[in-house]
Amino acid sequence: MKQAKLGSWIAIIVGSLYFIVPLIGTFEFSMRMRRGEYSFAAYRVVFADPNFQATFAYSTMMALATIVIGVVLVVPTSYWIQLRLQKLRPLVEFITLMPLVIPAIVIVFGYLRLYNSSSILPLTASARSTDLLLAFSYVTLALPYMYRAVDTGMRAIDVRTLTEAAENLGAGWPTVLFRVILPNVRVAILSGAFLTFATVIGEFTMASLLNRPAFGPYLQLIGANRAYEPSALAVIAFVVTWACMGLINVVGRGKQIKATP
Amino acid sequence: MLSRRAQPVQLGQTAWAWIGVTPFFVFALMFLIVPTLYLVVGAFQDPAGNFTLANLVQLFTQSSIRSAYWISIKVSLASATFGGLLGFALAYAAVIGGLPQWIRPTLMTFSGVASNFAGLPLAFAFLATLGRTGLVTTLLVTFFDFNIYSTGFNLLSFWGLTLTYLYFQIPLMVLIITPALDGLKREWREASAILGASYWEYWRYVALPILWPAIIGTTLLLFANSFGAIATAYALTGSSLNIVTILLYAQIRGDVLHDPNLGYALALGMILVTGLSNGAYIWLRARSDRWQR
Repeated sequence: MKQAKLGSWIAIIVGSLYFIVPLIGTFEFSMRMRRGEYSFAAYRVVFADPNFQATFAYSTMMALATIVIGVVLVVPTSYWIQLRLQKLRPLVEFITLMPLVIPAIVIVFGYLRLYNSSSILPLTASARSTDLLLAFSYVTLALPYMYRAVDTGMRAIDVRTLTEAAENLGAGWPTVLFRVILPNVRVAILSGAFLTFATVIGEFTMASLLNRPAFGPYLQLIGANRAYEPSALAVIAFVVTWACMGLINVVGRGKQIKATP
Repeated sequence: MLSRRAQPVQLGQTAWAWIGVTPFFVFALMFLIVPTLYLVVGAFQDPAGNFTLANLVQLFTQSSIRSAYWISIKVSLASATFGGLLGFALAYAAVIGGLPQWIRPTLMTFSGVASNFAGLPLAFAFLATLGRTGLVTTLLVTFFDFNIYSTGFNLLSFWGLTLTYLYFQIPLMVLIITPALDGLKREWREASAILGASYWEYWRYVALPILWPAIIGTTLLLFANSFGAIATAYALTGSSLNIVTILLYAQIRGDVLHDPNLGYALALGMILVTGLSNGAYIWLRARSDRWQR
């Protein structure tokens, strides 16, 4: 067993090195912009770039739209499946897993053929409707995570009793769904939302092929043309991802604390 | 009395339930199923719309397409195999290795972040570390007078891409395999020890036969995960490494194959590869879940 413990330490140390060294390397590189000294110049350049601000704001809006559409789509579905339509559960689960099987680039390829400007539903004809298509494509990407998070939350509460209690008190189904069920699966929705945000904010394939001014294509452009800014952007992206995962832990913990007393 | 009154209410609610799930199915049809089917059907048609298998045959006969699939499969196989092995080693160390308590939650949190840290920023991070002027490259030259690029290593190559992909593959393996390791019951270890089995024999005859579906299954998931990836490779190698996602990207952008239907076949081939490995994953997953109850 002593040897096994030594082996475990070696695995953890080698693993930590592999994961931490690139982070240090990226941070160090991002500070090298001024010759001969370390500075935050690359970050200042990035933050002052109007294209950075515009694309980051655009992708943030996209992420928020994705989350709202995703919640509106997933919460009622999961609720009705749990309450009345149990037989549809395998089908719905299969559909929500499909975006993991079909690569994103294939899905967007299908959109471009199906919704091009000469089709019956020309979604790519104008900028606004392409935005909508991009948001829908992100909802598709986020579907596996969003559905699983909400469905787990939905199973953890007693949907049937809550619904009956609310109905006995005279609530119609919109009230039941949005004022009784929704607050009870809030933590699950928030977890799904932060995961969606982390996925969508730097997404490249969909935004690039639909020609929208999102953060992902901006990253690609900077990566191809600049030396130090890409590292600064990588550090920023890592911080955003870390913040999203941290928030998932925070909202998850808040629930446990509330449940104990 | 009560039950008779409850009946019509129930019916009305079921109707509401169907209306409630309709948006989901409409959405799935419009933005997931029909777009995919459109490509699948197109893969079996010639430009005039007649049924043909020629596009699928060309996937194998046209050398640029065959080599793109082959490189993609090699990169995915290498990153899934190493990601699977190293991820398992890390999860083993944290769960069973007898290390301090804080290691496990730290590893899990970090894995959650790193498995989502993919795409372009990941490519930038590795360029800043192992690129020609990256930190590790320069440090090795300065302190050990050793230039990794003189050994034939290149970040913009097969091994460079594999090494980069491991950054999200290993954490994904850790996240999925840890619950399976938790499922190994203490009693099994004790029972085999009482019967005189060594630690090695316990792993050979008890633990591994239970764990292998989960290990192989998750490795297949990692395979599909890297097979469909594009952004990291695109930023890292541009179009110098001809993997199938980059070929498809170029095809969508500018019909580089000069045959739209061949492009659909290219997409269908990708769905088949990722579909088969995901299907095998789900099947193996069901097998391994039998022991987790």
